[in-house]
Amino acid sequence: MEVLLRNMKVNQKGTVTKINCEGEICRRIRDIGISVGAEVFVTGRAPLYDPVALKVNDTVVTLRNSEADNIYVEVKG
Amino acid sequence: MSALKAVLAGNPNSGKTTLFNLIAGTHYKVANYAGVTVEKKEARISYDGSEIILTDLPGTYSLTAYSLEEVVARDFITTTNPDVIVDVVDASNLERNLYLAVQLMELNKPVVVALNMIDMAEKRNIRVDAELLSKKLGVPVIKTIARDGVGKKELLEGILKFKSEKREFRISYGSDLDPALEEMEAIINEKSFLTDSYPSRWTAIKYLENDAEIMKKGEAFADVHGKLTAIVERVEKHLKKTLDTYPEIIIADYRYGYLRSVLKDVVKKENEMERLYLSDKADKVLTNRVLGPFIMLAVLYGLYEFTFWASETPVGWLESLFGWMGDTADALLPDGLLKSLVISGIIDGVGGVLGFAPLILFMFFIIAILEDTGYMTRIAYMLDRVFRAFGLQGSSVVPYIVGGGIAGGCAIPGVMAARTIKSPKERLLTILTTPFMACGAKLPVYALLIAAFWPGNKGGMMLGITLGSWALALLMAKVLGLTIVKGEQSVFIMELPPYRMPTVKGLLFHAWEKTWMYVKKAGTIILAVSVILWALMTFPGMSEERSAYYEDQIAQVESTVADEEAQAEAIAEIENAALSEELRGSYAGRIGTFFEPVTQLAGFDWRTNISIIAGIAAKELVVSTLGTAYSLGEVDAEESEPLSARLASDPSWSIATAVAFLLFTMLYSPCFVTLAVINKETGSRKWTAFALVGYTVFAFVVSIIAYNVVSLMI
Repeated sequence: MEVLLRNMKVNQKGTVTKINCEGEICRRIRDIGISVGAEVFVTGRAPLYDPVALKVNDTVVTLRNSEADNIYVEVKG
Repeated sequence: MSALKAVLAGNPNSGKTTLFNLIAGTHYKVANYAGVTVEKKEARISYDGSEIILTDLPGTYSLTAYSLEEVVARDFITTTNPDVIVDVVDASNLERNLYLAVQLMELNKPVVVALNMIDMAEKRNIRVDAELLSKKLGVPVIKTIARDGVGKKELLEGILKFKSEKREFRISYGSDLDPALEEMEAIINEKSFLTDSYPSRWTAIKYLENDAEIMKKGEAFADVHGKLTAIVERVEKHLKKTLDTYPEIIIADYRYGYLRSVLKDVVKKENEMERLYLSDKADKVLTNRVLGPFIMLAVLYGLYEFTFWASETPVGWLESLFGWMGDTADALLPDGLLKSLVISGIIDGVGGVLGFAPLILFMFFIIAILEDTGYMTRIAYMLDRVFRAFGLQGSSVVPYIVGGGIAGGCAIPGVMAARTIKSPKERLLTILTTPFMACGAKLPVYALLIAAFWPGNKGGMMLGITLGSWALALLMAKVLGLTIVKGEQSVFIMELPPYRMPTVKGLLFHAWEKTWMYVKKAGTIILAVSVILWALMTFPGMSEERSAYYEDQIAQVESTVADEEAQAEAIAEIENAALSEELRGSYAGRIGTFFEPVTQLAGFDWRTNISIIAGIAAKELVVSTLGTAYSLGEVDAEESEPLSARLASDPSWSIATAVAFLLFTMLYSPCFVTLAVINKETGSRKWTAFALVGYTVFAFVVSIIAYNVVSLMI
């Protein structure tokens, strides 16, 4: 099932299928290591639900929900 | 033999700084890259009979032109043409770290990969076959553990061995882009377009990526530029139609694809993604949605308490030292202008600057702990949503707190603490609004006004002022962000690195370095300004006639009043009156008097105006200058009862004046040391002038409104 990263729950895992945008935000997303085909695992959310923290390539990174809106993830189950 | 030029590149959190310190020891120079405020560290190393100049590039994830750091790193590599680029990579996250390596290699420079933190990777059951990696990438790979000092010798040998080894490196970007790239390369080579600085393929890739920096350079060569952009447009249109995507996305995908194929047999992972390591477990508590904010409040409060507690004693020492120097000068020099200049201009000025040094030292020590442990990024993570509402970001909280968010801080280290904010717009907004906080030097002013006009509710008023300062700072950030502070839409994408134990040596070094920069840079400006302000408040001095008049008065008292105590009192009163008159006659006094008709709109008379001018030198001077102007002699800022009693009974002061002056103090220009720091941190005279003039004008407008509104109510 393909969902937006924004809608993933804590402890959910999946594979990035699409990063859909151009410009700075998306380049920064890829620079930090979130690329198509990468596995991501949501490790937590900030007290007000936003930003989201996730593990990718054994590194924990964080981004805002508005930025996560560009990222599509295929989750299991 | 000329020295070998080597540069150190790498991702943030890859241990690059630690590796630099390991190789360079303590013998390095800190400067800025030409024209920008990005820090540049350079060391000269002798190894095995060779001289190496090692430059630490800013930490970057990429070589695009989006951040200042990236442009600086890229320009430095292309303009200085280093003999070797050492790319420091975190062994636990090779895929992302080598993403930069690919871009460095595409510049066709000799790259040596330092495979750092292999111990951490091994702890996580990640095994890296360095030899195979080296073979597949075609560059030397050297294992290092910078924290433990492992790999220094091997790395230096690697630098010497692989210097200037010319290498052609190219990867495929697929059937859609490769033909276009070749076509562009041919045009670039034919016209030798930018080939002095960049390999032709690299320029072609940058054109496909729409790299603003390179395109701008290209515009000077209209012919080639036109041909290249035509190809780019064609490719873009084609990709949009067939794949609904952009060239830069394909480029990134192919780079990661290439790296995945390289790393396939190189990295052996036996860990599960869901597995929680110590650091992840700590985060379950420290950034817990309920518990996290409470722990953070405690940490921030502790930071504040420690900074001011620890610096109290050294600040006291420095105060006594400069007090002693003042007394010595007082005793040694004859009365007159020179003495006044030395004591009030130079010693007080230098003392003012150095007095803050311990505070800055301890503040940076604590900030270094927050940064080196990795907790700082968690603060930013937890608070981002709140601060974003005002156009700031999570990291803005530290400058605010240090600057006086907990009453009694200091805007100078506060403004400097904004360095931790990466996004330029949010950093500038934080720098510009931190000075609104209730810093320690403003507290005596608040205390004076509260004692005079709200004696019944001291605690409540102080709390109200502190909260009011927060509200003002946040609102101001919002307004400035929406109006005059321009900048890109902010991006908040960052790493939450594993928690690490900082090394004491690193902490001390970090703190010392920042403090020294402050003393050196701010010190010279402050001294000059301090002397100018001294001159403003001293010259032209009292006319001979008037001083003769006061001397006569004193002589009269001496001859007529017999009682010793009464005599001393009467003389002191005359001397105070003389000081007050002298101050009024000074240039500062004249400015104050000149503006009186305008400032009367807010209820301020010439006395208040002079204290405002003095407050620009240092807020501590507001109370003591008011004391002089009210003929009370030198008033100690900490014990201002006589002055507050005087204000309370003065007909020109009312609650309305007090409210207006309170708001004015909160809002008007920061003190000169802060202005000097703002100038240094923003690298912009425009913003410094804005804080000085803009804030003062704004403060006046607000005070006038407040004065009239409160006057109507009472």
